[in-house]
Amino acid sequence: MHLDADVLIIGSGAAGMYAAIEAARRGTARVLLLDRSLIGRGGATVMAQMTVAAAVGPAGTDHWQHHLADTLAAGRGLCDPALAALLCEVGADCILEMDRWKVGWARNHAGFAAVQAPGHDRARCVYVDFLATGPAVSRTLRAQVQRSGHAIRRVGEVMVTDLVVEDGAVTGAVALHVATGEPLTIAAPATIIATGGLTRMYARNSASANMSGDGYALALRAGARLIDMEFVQFFPIGHLAPRLIGMDPIMWDPFRYKLGGRLLNGAMEEFADRWGGSDQDGGYSTTRDLATYAITKENEAGRGSPSGGAWLSFTHVPAAELRAAFGPVIDKLAANGIDLTRDCVEVSPIAHYHMGGIRVDIAMRTNVPGLLAAGEAVGGANGANRLSGNAITEALAFGRIAGASAAGMAARAGFVADRTALARLAATGPALNTAALIARLQAIMAADVGPFRTKAGLDRAAAALAALDQEAGETPPGIPGQPHDLARLDWFDLRQMILVGQAVVQAATARQESRGAHQREDFCATEAAWQRNQGQSLRDGALHLEPA
Amino acid sequence: MPTARLLISRGGAGDAARHEAFNILFEPGESVLDGLRRLRVTADPSLAFRYACLNANACKECMMLLDGRVIYACTARLEAREMRLDPLPNKPLLRDLATVIAPPDERLR
Repeated sequence: MHLDADVLIIGSGAAGMYAAIEAARRGTARVLLLDRSLIGRGGATVMAQMTVAAAVGPAGTDHWQHHLADTLAAGRGLCDPALAALLCEVGADCILEMDRWKVGWARNHAGFAAVQAPGHDRARCVYVDFLATGPAVSRTLRAQVQRSGHAIRRVGEVMVTDLVVEDGAVTGAVALHVATGEPLTIAAPATIIATGGLTRMYARNSASANMSGDGYALALRAGARLIDMEFVQFFPIGHLAPRLIGMDPIMWDPFRYKLGGRLLNGAMEEFADRWGGSDQDGGYSTTRDLATYAITKENEAGRGSPSGGAWLSFTHVPAAELRAAFGPVIDKLAANGIDLTRDCVEVSPIAHYHMGGIRVDIAMRTNVPGLLAAGEAVGGANGANRLSGNAITEALAFGRIAGASAAGMAARAGFVADRTALARLAATGPALNTAALIARLQAIMAADVGPFRTKAGLDRAAAALAALDQEAGETPPGIPGQPHDLARLDWFDLRQMILVGQAVVQAATARQESRGAHQREDFCATEAAWQRNQGQSLRDGALHLEPA
Repeated sequence: MPTARLLISRGGAGDAARHEAFNILFEPGESVLDGLRRLRVTADPSLAFRYACLNANACKECMMLLDGRVIYACTARLEAREMRLDPLPNKPLLRDLATVIAPPDERLR
């Protein structure tokens, strides 16, 4: 089957949906919004129980340039200042537009209710109660997409496997229709990658099954450059134990914003300040990279909690205060057997966000004509460490900018679907337990390409990924054309995950220093000479490092 | 560790109905989705069901029948007994426990 579009958008999280809305209101007649799962329900946005950073306080109380200063400081000297400025300035405007679209930001007497997250110089993070920011953002954008009428065609269950490149420009895509197993070709003069990050590549992650880094691989294979791929953010206090169902494992952050809470080691002592953190008197100000470091080091010193993390305690917070802050969530916790007035929970670092990604200019264009990126798929705005609350802001702002840029791109003549890509979709391959191979990749990345790295560990990961690549082979298992064939779908994911894993390993091996989310145990210091970004591209099938 | 015996409906549209049994060890508190995802890794990668968000009950994709009742697999817990899993009865079947649940105007055809 074949579809034609003026603007093709891959991924329907906040970035993809905002891009679609913007492209449509600038007069694009045929926007095609794809998602590998259901429209506006997969990916990271819908799961964001968190807060959203934007300078939207009453006049005189904040300015996007203050937000920018905090973003640049959190990025440890590596942010692209122009992209970071767009995030803060355009992001604030998007937050206000979302308000007009009735997203339901929590309010108080002064305007938007806002909390102060670690790394911010003032209360700047808005939210939707209770722990409902992501679902509210998704629902609001879905409604606006639908309101755009026939200009935006939405198609779910489509996984793009390759972009089509002709004469050095992207002219469309080849995809697998997951529901039927049939191949699909799409011709479009402008394509926006809005596929989110790569957290699924790690055994413990806070995102959805959709975040397998496929957008980075699509970009690489089409000739686009990546930047900062060594910087994977681990969220320090991901839920660890007891098993908690029906809730996002990053839920404890908003608890800490509102209530402080105490992070304790196995001996029930506060410890963050031992490792450079700054939490004091039940406050919450230690940034993510430092907190991840502190929890890991306490465990190495034999002072972890029983499951290998740290305790998080709200036992000093009165029941009425807990109830006022989180209402129905307290009941959900009770259903899981957790009473926060009595019980501590165990938390530990969990793969959460990717600072690295596709290199774009201030119009979200890659170096390949016809190819743009938006949201977490973009690299550079957040440097070596992302400031809390910037992810949704980035998705909204970069989505809007990418949609505007794509709307202005003229149609290129001709579209010839890539024969190799189509042949891969039509191939019949030997049986392979691709689910087990993905689990192995997740274990490799977690063991040696987590927040703490060594040359020996990175070499081990490189060898293990090469072996995995051999085992995965050149053809997907089974026969084409089967409905909801997860074994085959996993193979196409694995193909992209291996390439992206290799990119992270290569960049992490080269950076012989520690900075932000990239900590080298064999190069512990932050080096002034390394205050520079690394770029990567794929040439003749091999990954190359280059100055960004 | 306790063992759950999952009796899972297998096959696609038009196939004769059959159930396949899988025994799975679990830690108390784990969800049915945890069990199904583990079965794909350890026993049968072709086992089909829908999910995106893993754990958060945010994507709402993992609806299926447990002993005839509609559940979300990510919030129903594994239990040390026989648990019968079937696809949603009122939706077109794709394969095993996966059905067509996308709104009609968001389908390819």
